[in-house]
Amino acid sequence: MRNWLFGENINTDLITPGRYNITTDPKELAKIVFIEYLPKFAKKVKRGDFIIAGKNFGSGSSRETAVTALKASGIKAIIAPSFARIFYRNSLNNGLLLVTADTIRIKEKDVLKLDLKNNYLINKTQKYSQKIKIPEMMIKLHQENGVINFLKKQGLNALSKIIQHEEKDEK
Amino acid sequence: MPQTITEKIFSSHCGKKVSAGDYVVADVDLVMAHDTTCAWAIDPFYQIAKKVWDKSKIFIPFDHAFPAPNIKMAALQSKIRKFAKEQKIPIFTDGVCHQLMAEKLVSPGSLILGGDSHTPTSGALGAVSVGVGSTDVAIAMATGKCWFKIPQTIRINIKGKLPKGVFAKDIILMIAGKLSSDGANYKTIEFGGATIRKLSLSSRLTLTNMSAEIGVKSAIIEPDEKTVQYLKENNRYSQFDPKELKSDSGAKYEKVLNFDISRLTPLVAQPHQVDNVTTVKKIEKKKIKVDQVFIGSCTNGRIEDLSVVYKLWQGKKLNPNTRVIITPASRKIYLQTLKKGYLQFFTQIGAIVTNPGCGACLGRHGGVLDDREVCLSTTNRNFMGRMGSPKSLVYLASPATAATSATTGYITDPRRFL
Repeated sequence: MRNWLFGENINTDLITPGRYNITTDPKELAKIVFIEYLPKFAKKVKRGDFIIAGKNFGSGSSRETAVTALKASGIKAIIAPSFARIFYRNSLNNGLLLVTADTIRIKEKDVLKLDLKNNYLINKTQKYSQKIKIPEMMIKLHQENGVINFLKKQGLNALSKIIQHEEKDEK
Repeated sequence: MPQTITEKIFSSHCGKKVSAGDYVVADVDLVMAHDTTCAWAIDPFYQIAKKVWDKSKIFIPFDHAFPAPNIKMAALQSKIRKFAKEQKIPIFTDGVCHQLMAEKLVSPGSLILGGDSHTPTSGALGAVSVGVGSTDVAIAMATGKCWFKIPQTIRINIKGKLPKGVFAKDIILMIAGKLSSDGANYKTIEFGGATIRKLSLSSRLTLTNMSAEIGVKSAIIEPDEKTVQYLKENNRYSQFDPKELKSDSGAKYEKVLNFDISRLTPLVAQPHQVDNVTTVKKIEKKKIKVDQVFIGSCTNGRIEDLSVVYKLWQGKKLNPNTRVIITPASRKIYLQTLKKGYLQFFTQIGAIVTNPGCGACLGRHGGVLDDREVCLSTTNRNFMGRMGSPKSLVYLASPATAATSATTGYITDPRRFL
């Protein structure tokens, strides 16, 4: 397991560039993740790896292929201090786990563990744990493997069930 | 409790009075998906439904790469055509989705969902218009509904007269530079103030369009008599109460920002971030050679933009080392350029005028850049590789700056040519 470290404002044109973004096949899409920005990523990424990034991960286009491709690449979760909103929504819908947390201390080889019951990120290598932000719907749709599977099981009226436990966010 | 216009529009679409921070399921008036995002919506759609909820409220334009530039893109479009035929939904091929929506479909007070990040564009007509991915589009096509978190509003007041050679594009580049690319993430921007009231709908569309580059969920301008006039010009008559369809006094804003633009100068966004903004005056000193000028897109491909270009090029020649591509944003605009004589003039002077659509904006066709090539573009995004090679460089500016630079061959301040 390793952590793939990225900077701030990683946009969807870097994740799945428009010119390659012309297939609906998740396996094909997994081959083009970061094809120009970090060509070794698609070849070396392993199931269970984390992406650790700076703020505003996933900015730019609404293309859902950015999420489909990252999910198909096998990564376990993306941890960043903030995410662009359409990318966040697309991740919810696809069941790709996004964790909002400060990432500045995390190193490439740190062994990380997510405690989704109590909302902690545990850094086993550096021996610290930190509180993370992850809404209930993110965990639910991750467990259901995406909103389409959830609606298939629960029926189309279940859209309101996705948000039923979210509390008003005054900020 | 006083409400913002955005809170009012959400309230009228979910049957209860809501305020920022609430989570709601709301009915949408229109769902848009284009020749790329629609392709990814079809499989999820058929997993949960057989028929769309209302075929008259689903809008499918082919604009991002039309006519198809390669076999893969042709296959995506075939897939969408098959779906559209099954669902009896017409496909439009007459311009950029956001421009067509403004001309044909958006009414003040509407709630719109679009499978494209620049969907906030329609907010210039006083609608809440939210960009989403293909799965949300699929769910909305099946149900007519989407869940939302009601966004906080940032109110931006703009006052002052626009100086000569400075345009709406420069205003929004200034705001992008000041707020940064995530400055309004998850929020809505409400533009107001004396300058906004004077701006044409065409210029207002430029502001709401590029608000996407600051991370907004939506952007909005309270509708007024100019909005009514715009709708009339497009043979549409919308009934709305201008007293109701505006923010109440005392409405809660996350913050209020005030800008005076009377001393604003032409601006340019440098590679590879839209918020990497500087003045054209400073850039001009670097004599950055321009290989390609692109004038078009949902940001700046309207007749108002093309008339600025037309006027600036009178008695001038295009620089022989710069190729110039013009893409009107819609068929209506294309026909206007024909009627006004612009098309003949642009063609004679040596510019390439393409069919309406997204054109070269996203690097799929019609003006793809090679390594180290520089493009000065009137579009909204200059990310690495956006318009071609990841080693190419895209600068964003107004049509006036683009047109002037097309004559000099390097990025040039348009003010002394006016």
